[in-house]
Amino acid sequence: MTARPITEDDLQAHVDQVLDPARRAEVEDYLARHPDVARRVAGQIRQRDELRAALAPIAEEPVPAELGLARLLDARRDRRAHRAGRAWGARPAWQLAIAAAVLLGLGGVGGWSLRGAPAPSSGIAALAQEATDSYRVYTPDRAHPVELRAAEQPELVRWVSNQLQHPVAIPDLTAAGYRFMGGRVVATAHGPAGLLMYDDDHGTRMVVLIRPMAIERDTAMALHASGPVRGYSWAARGIGYSVVAAAPAATLHPLADEIRRQTAAG
Amino acid sequence: MHDILAAVEPLIPALRRYARALLRDRTAADDLVHDCLERTISRWHQRRPETDARAWVFTILHNLAMNRLRQAARRGPHVELDDAAAAQPPSQEAHVRHGELLRALAELPADQRSVLLLVGVEGLSYADAARVQGVPIGTVMSRLSRARERLHRLLDGALPVAPPALRSIK
Repeated sequence: MTARPITEDDLQAHVDQVLDPARRAEVEDYLARHPDVARRVAGQIRQRDELRAALAPIAEEPVPAELGLARLLDARRDRRAHRAGRAWGARPAWQLAIAAAVLLGLGGVGGWSLRGAPAPSSGIAALAQEATDSYRVYTPDRAHPVELRAAEQPELVRWVSNQLQHPVAIPDLTAAGYRFMGGRVVATAHGPAGLLMYDDDHGTRMVVLIRPMAIERDTAMALHASGPVRGYSWAARGIGYSVVAAAPAATLHPLADEIRRQTAAG
Repeated sequence: MHDILAAVEPLIPALRRYARALLRDRTAADDLVHDCLERTISRWHQRRPETDARAWVFTILHNLAMNRLRQAARRGPHVELDDAAAAQPPSQEAHVRHGELLRALAELPADQRSVLLLVGVEGLSYADAARVQGVPIGTVMSRLSRARERLHRLLDGALPVAPPALRSIK
């Protein structure tokens, strides 16, 4: 008999039940003659079954809504439609002027309907843009991400509240794993805004932008995204809030909810 | 777009299980699955139709998970929440055993833990596991054999297992 020697790979394949019947018979014959190896292999089969049993409950859990594939596909479609709608608004004015002139020159009376969707000039969309811009400028800054640190919180609160002419409290997100780093006043096209920064144990930074709203003074929370940077923005009793980080919506949403809860109570 | 729903949606429970068993942190694992699904959607059209969707999606998740573990290792030890075990009542013997098993699993090097999960739990073929890890099949086989041996010695008490630790939030 010139049987191939039994290899460690054969034993693993036996544990995983992927041997062809002929080889399996050879391995079983070998194991019958080597009780030590047989015990080891039996132990590995038991271990595999236990591992499956220990982890099975995770796959039995209902899938969180944020991980619903249909919902993610819808969100992507919406983002694309939004981008397409904003393409005109993002063009320089001279291009729009030329386009309008060309259309008028062609006798197109529809030339003035080019208004389309203007770039956000005020309201929640503008707030979201300002928060995203501030996020991009300040969070990558390793040396001076904030002007006043968490230890100087009373001074920061006075500063921001004076500039905004509205009492501002610092939301406490430690229960959600986010530590308050500090903040500053930033300039926006709609006046001063307070920028608060937080980070978690992984070093992920998140900002909250707060400013008074001239319009859309009470607005439901809405998700916005710009590449990997996502945010939730809303307004309550004339004050707008925008929470922005390079994090999945599933992470940001509970944080935004918590901030809204704390600021509404305050 | 219907083909992506039909091919990927049934995988989501297994993707969550793989991510959580690797990271041992429910929130971080679900964030990872979220990123994986976003990438799956945006790259779906680049996928060669003959490749198996399951191995392809697991590859995306695996690479995200390994990046994440490498970043965590660079930042120093981070004690992760042991919620797979903590979610279960500790009074029952099977659950105590499962808790020990999952703690021992966490002691394995990431490559060994990954192959044990891909082959032993998710039931991927050796060839698919090799594709997901980006290594030859021979490497998958030797990792698998070492992982099983080491897990056995950890559970046998031949190697010390770190005691369960509480997560500290600063």
